[in-house]
Amino acid sequence: MSTLDSAFSALADPTRRGILARLAKGEATVMELAKPFHMTQPAISQHLKVLEHAGLVVSRVDGSRRPRRLAKPAIDAIDQWLAMLRKALEKNYQRLDQVLAAMEKQKEGEGK
Amino acid sequence: MSKLTLKTEGDTHIVVTRRFAASPEAVYRAHTEPKLIQQWLLGPEGWTMPVCINEAKPGGKFRYEWANAKGHSFYITGEFLELQPYHRIVHVERMHLPDVTPDNHVETTFDPDGAGTLMTIRMTLPDAQARAAMLSTGMERGMEASYVRLDGLSLHATA
Repeated sequence: MSTLDSAFSALADPTRRGILARLAKGEATVMELAKPFHMTQPAISQHLKVLEHAGLVVSRVDGSRRPRRLAKPAIDAIDQWLAMLRKALEKNYQRLDQVLAAMEKQKEGEGK
Repeated sequence: MSKLTLKTEGDTHIVVTRRFAASPEAVYRAHTEPKLIQQWLLGPEGWTMPVCINEAKPGGKFRYEWANAKGHSFYITGEFLELQPYHRIVHVERMHLPDVTPDNHVETTFDPDGAGTLMTIRMTLPDAQARAAMLSTGMERGMEASYVRLDGLSLHATA
């Protein structure tokens, strides 16, 4: 739960969502990430730190480069959590569908 | 195709839409009359709503309490700001878990959609952090809950 908390907090920032969107297309270095966002490398590094702490992004060492990529387990966990929440919400509304159908039936009965 | 959509908008909004095969009047009443609300606004399996107070008038208050067989319970309180019968409801609400969550400003509209109704719920949280907290916790009652596409970002890792 605490991992999900920090994951959602990390996602609250538009720049960090942008970084994730970029990484969804493939791994990238800090320099490559900094360019489209018109931000300094230290600023991007700060955002990456939050994303790594939340378990959303991981890095690997490639010589002097440290490309980042999305961490699949964390992303899957968020997907699963949201799917569960959607199910709970949809369940309420399916119950509401039935309530509305019963209201309609009652109205027809009264009209006769 | 699912009838439900939920997406985030900007940094503080959550927008939910759902279509119903009933008139806007019926859907509106199911959101304001306690006897109807108690039949469907229940969240996960095993939860009921023993307390449902709803003064559906501008300035009126509401209080919904949920409980399950294990003795767990929580409630929300809120105030109505605007009501246009069968079309629009504006209210603020907060959850008591028992810690109080930040105020959620909610505008719900009911628009005719063919023979049915398109309901749109637009929630506004005080800041991005509060919205994140709401999405990650406190959503057990299922109402604010759902699938989120973060500003169109599809959350699928390639690795």
